Amino acid sequence: MIEGIPMQHFLIVSTLMFFIGVYGFLVRRNLITILMSIELILNAVCINFVVFNKYLYPNQLQGYMFMLFVVAIAAAEAAVAIAIIINLYRRYNSINVENVNEMKN
Amino acid sequence: MNYTYTLAILLIPFTMFVVTGLFGHKMKPIVAGLLGTIGLGIAFILSYYTAYLYFFKVGPIEETYSKVTAFNFVWLQLTEHLHIDIGVLLDPISVMMLVVVTTVSFMVHIYSLGYMHGEKGFQRFFASLSLFTFSMLGLVIATNLFQMYIFWELVGVSSYMLIGFYYQKPSAVAASKKAFIVTRFADFGFLSGILLLSYYTKTFDFIELTKTNGHQLAMAMPMGASFLGLSIVSWALILIFMGGAGKSAMFPLHIWLPDAMEGPTPVSALIHAATMVVAGVFLVARMFPVFALAAPDALTVVMYVGAFSSLFAAIIACTQYDIKRVLAYSTMSQIGYMMLALGVSGYGDEKGLGFMASMFHLFTHAMFKALLFLGAGSIIHAVHSNSMQDMGGLKKYMPITFITFTIAWLAICGVPGLSGFFSKDEILVAAFNHNKIIFGIAVLVAGLTAFYMSRLYFSVFFGKHQHYHHEPHESPLVMTIPLMILATLAALAGYIPFHHLVTSDGVGFITEFHWNIAVPVTLLAFCGIGLAYIMYYKESPISDKVVNTLGGFYKAAYSKFYIDEVYMFVTKKILFGMVSRPIAWFDRHVIDATMNGIATVTVFASTSIKGLQSGQLQKYGFVFISGAILLAVVFMLLWAR
Repeated sequence: MIEGIPMQHFLIVSTLMFFIGVYGFLVRRNLITILMSIELILNAVCINFVVFNKYLYPNQLQGYMFMLFVVAIAAAEAAVAIAIIINLYRRYNSINVENVNEMKN
Repeated sequence: MNYTYTLAILLIPFTMFVVTGLFGHKMKPIVAGLLGTIGLGIAFILSYYTAYLYFFKVGPIEETYSKVTAFNFVWLQLTEHLHIDIGVLLDPISVMMLVVVTTVSFMVHIYSLGYMHGEKGFQRFFASLSLFTFSMLGLVIATNLFQMYIFWELVGVSSYMLIGFYYQKPSAVAASKKAFIVTRFADFGFLSGILLLSYYTKTFDFIELTKTNGHQLAMAMPMGASFLGLSIVSWALILIFMGGAGKSAMFPLHIWLPDAMEGPTPVSALIHAATMVVAGVFLVARMFPVFALAAPDALTVVMYVGAFSSLFAAIIACTQYDIKRVLAYSTMSQIGYMMLALGVSGYGDEKGLGFMASMFHLFTHAMFKALLFLGAGSIIHAVHSNSMQDMGGLKKYMPITFITFTIAWLAICGVPGLSGFFSKDEILVAAFNHNKIIFGIAVLVAGLTAFYMSRLYFSVFFGKHQHYHHEPHESPLVMTIPLMILATLAALAGYIPFHHLVTSDGVGFITEFHWNIAVPVTLLAFCGIGLAYIMYYKESPISDKVVNTLGGFYKAAYSKFYIDEVYMFVTKKILFGMVSRPIAWFDRHVIDATMNGIATVTVFASTSIKGLQSGQLQKYGFVFISGAILLAVVFMLLWAR
């Protein structure tokens, strides 16, 4: 199915996803959206792993395995992050990241 | 003979200390008092039983009283040679000291039940008394130098606690600190001496150290001249004697003793007259074979220090007005006498007369001086003043105190028939045989002793009649019974055949009575009494005239020869002003300043950069990502080449 599609196309997609994620992380104020942006970054990385594995070393499986790890980690990270966000919401009645500036000074 | 039970003599007072010390505040005062007294009563009986067993039941083996280790265990095994033991050593002097300490302590316990009645901290007082007795007993039965040192310090601590008993009084606090610091300073010498001696002999044990064969020490001592012409062993023993001099209030470490009279009077009787202050004499006696056979130079030091202190204190005692201070200086003088006697003594049979005389005097002195102090306490209790100028004509108010005090007074003056006469006579004979100058000093001191004690006696019980705010009354029976018991002992102690029992090498010898010395000295003592009688029996102008004639000398003696001022000068001006203060300056301005500088720089740096911390998650993220991109660009440029 993917025969005929050059590797560069996949890499362009993943690079776009990565920078969209970075952009979202930097400019969005809503913590949930920031979390989603992080997921985008992770998924971009996942695509890279899979693509490099498929095109450069088709006889090996490390890239796929790594992708599975990343997915697992991302799930765990989402659980923790949402728990933190819920606690922040209870405390500040908002999930705006600019209100959470207790680390100041 | 199994003497293991003697451990109980040590443990009973300790148990009483723990019980009354920890749970005393929950008891009624009298319960704590009785507990301590009964405990000590048992120790008292056990000590007498031990003395009976040791001296009479078992008696001398081959005419020698041997040294018996009744109990011993290794407490700290540091190396093969260096181990610190705790044990019980019985020999004539330690058995004698057991008797002295428990007797006086028991009497003082009973007396205190009356004297301290109703005082705040009654339980604390009895706990401290028990601790003191425990430490003193541990000191006298020590099997080795280090055990002695441990208990020596414990004695110092309990003395500190008891002098400072009235801790709300600033003078008592100052006195207790002074006593502790001065004796502690002396103990520094003691410890150095112990270390120096044990470094060469590889043992702390008294039996090994003092073992002799014939007229030589069994143990090889470092005898060669080393420093300033004295051998190492001499220096070690002089340092050890320094510790003894501190505890025994010998010149120039005597300054704490008169001030220590701030403590309750029974304490003065127990610690600062009869037991603790003779620890120094006991120490020299304990090490005596080493002193006499290996370090005669150190023994000469002991002799001169003793003789000088004796004379020095006797002169000051003639001028003081505080009844307890007179007795304190008298104590110092009498202890100087004992030191002098040890100093003139040789080792073995009749040459050891001085040793025997010293121990004899220690024994009799403990009895009559404790009696004098307790009598003084009884007087102070009645008059509510320490000053002899507030007393006078007390004879008719306090008959029992008067009679017992009279016996003690006659005993210390050396009136024939009473204990002090016999022991003093032996000392004088020993001094006469050894050194005529020392003998002269001893005779002079005997005369002075008779004079100042009579001065005290006459001006308190006779003299001008005072008008008291309320009629002085005889003390209760609980206070007078110890007085009576001690009076009996003070009268009769002189008839104990010490020359058979307590001698330098454990072998008894025969002494003759030396009329040629006893008679003139007794006459001199009577002259002293007579002089005091003329001056103080009735109010008379003679004493003022004498004072005026002596002028400057009297003033100097009255001010204790300005020794306290000299100490103040040395410590405050020289040590404090010239050493401590520059060091303190250096500490504050150099060492502290370096540390403060580091802290200041850190604080400054952090305040100036803390503005960077905004707390905004996305700013941190931005910086992080920019940095990452920057690095990526840099590496790409580098690798692109």
